[in-house]
Amino acid sequence: MTIATGQRKPDLREPTGRRRSSNGIATALMVLAFVLMIIPLGFVIFTVIAKGASIISWSFLTGSIPPQVAPANVGGIGPAVVGTIEITALATVMAVPIGILGAVYLNEYGGKGPLARVIGFMSDVMTGVPSIVMGLFIFSIWTLHFGFSGLGGALALGCLMLPIVIRSSDEMLKLVPDPLREASYALGATKARVTLTVVLPAAIGGIVSGALLAVARAAGETAPLIYTIGFAAAANPNVFSRVNTALSTQIFANASQPYVGAQSRAWGAALALIAIAFILMIAARTVTARFTRYSR
Amino acid sequence: MDEPEQNVATTSLPKPAALQHPSGAPDSDTPGPPVFDAKNVSIFYGSFRAVTDVSLSVYQHEITAFIGPSGCGKTTVLRTLNRMNDLVPSARVEGDVRYHGVSLYGPDVSATAVRRRIGMVFQKPNPFPKSIFDNIAYGPRINGERNKGKLNEIVEHSLRQAALWDEVKDRLNDSALGLSGGQAQRLCIARTLAVEPDVVLMDEPCSALDPIATAAIEDLMQEIKSQYTIVIVTHNMQQATRVSDRTAFFSVLRNEKSDTRTGVLVEYDRTETIFQNPSDDRTKAYVTGRMG
Repeated sequence: MTIATGQRKPDLREPTGRRRSSNGIATALMVLAFVLMIIPLGFVIFTVIAKGASIISWSFLTGSIPPQVAPANVGGIGPAVVGTIEITALATVMAVPIGILGAVYLNEYGGKGPLARVIGFMSDVMTGVPSIVMGLFIFSIWTLHFGFSGLGGALALGCLMLPIVIRSSDEMLKLVPDPLREASYALGATKARVTLTVVLPAAIGGIVSGALLAVARAAGETAPLIYTIGFAAAANPNVFSRVNTALSTQIFANASQPYVGAQSRAWGAALALIAIAFILMIAARTVTARFTRYSR
Repeated sequence: MDEPEQNVATTSLPKPAALQHPSGAPDSDTPGPPVFDAKNVSIFYGSFRAVTDVSLSVYQHEITAFIGPSGCGKTTVLRTLNRMNDLVPSARVEGDVRYHGVSLYGPDVSATAVRRRIGMVFQKPNPFPKSIFDNIAYGPRINGERNKGKLNEIVEHSLRQAALWDEVKDRLNDSALGLSGGQAQRLCIARTLAVEPDVVLMDEPCSALDPIATAAIEDLMQEIKSQYTIVIVTHNMQQATRVSDRTAFFSVLRNEKSDTRTGVLVEYDRTETIFQNPSDDRTKAYVTGRMG
């Protein structure tokens, strides 16, 4: 195809016929899928905002929980906000360090040994356990002996979070290239030093991101909390004893009441919960960006 | 590049003593004290014998080159010198490897202590995803150096030694991943020098670099030779000629029965001798380019 001798010019236009139409169909299908996905998502967010925004106010977010029959402008969900934050924080403090250490063991130390395979398998199984089953499990081994408490709820949420943290941290650690470990060993580092100073810092962005996703999921769980923290109407800042309350259980309690006030409070609590998850996502992005500053 | 195994005896493993000159003997040079003494070293991965019966000595303040075709075990032998093969679970070393008279594989020898004294630069530059400063300061920090002033000094000195200081002195806090290939490799060399090792092992350090960067690193090796002992694996024979004092030529033995290839040390001598007047025919065939 030499142009110099005046032969046929090469045809560089878009391929016509079947290839072009199948390209068009694929593009259309992808756009359709995206729209279909956005619709329910948008609907949920729009509905929650529409129904809950009117009740949101500082006094709502901090006020104490009124009786179910009270109208919408009385009281608020303050204790539930505190409860959600406390219980989820406690669950995070218990589950995330254990999860990260477990992933470090699986990836750096365990190799193909029997213990590593058992841990990996169990962790995969736990990811699929329904949250209500986890709640019943903690109910039977903890709540029956020690009574309702925020700590029981944190245990249940922690058990839900643990396999997610282990698996996502494991994936992040696997992504750290081996040449980095070799370089560290070659400078005279012990295995622990290599892991702490090179491998974890290189994977930390993804690990934190995965942990925050686990937290966001746990914050919204309802069933495990019903069996472990019971119901409380008053604030209970002591997370280690006596019944407690959280946003998710409050939504559950209020939404099943016929009173208008209770319904409004349920929507308000739902909006607050979504806002908390949103804030956690933003925090995850910021933290990831900060930690991966040197990775570009 | 053809493998030279057509010229190599395929029946049994020859006795090494008949093939190589005793270390350091032939010419009128007087080498310094030996830094490494390897005697009858064989390296296995599981039951596979990767390298057989290597005996040589590496001398202080010299640049020793390992050359040979691909797969002949040069990198395996190099990694044995600083116990990096420990990282491969199935690797096993037989024979005696002595460093300043002390056996490297003795029962109470710490691999991390070995690697602090015997550093390594890898084929593909592998800077940490940290700042340039933190890359160089990494070694001293894990050795306990905390003093900021001292660390600044060490970082500047190492970067100057690696001929990288002028290029990066204004951006020490930038990510090391933003450096070009040649700069990154010089960074890795500076990082290795920052812990002030005794020996620097280099595994084909220039193979991923362009000729200008290669020349910079070769100059660097000549300059630091007087303070360190360097062993370099290279598949570039011209580089071995330019840079090294002594050269070891490795080749491959093919075992017909099990269809495996085992590395073997063919000849080890002063570089001029290896390239101009080699004793073994296999060496002659390799260095004259009759076989690649």
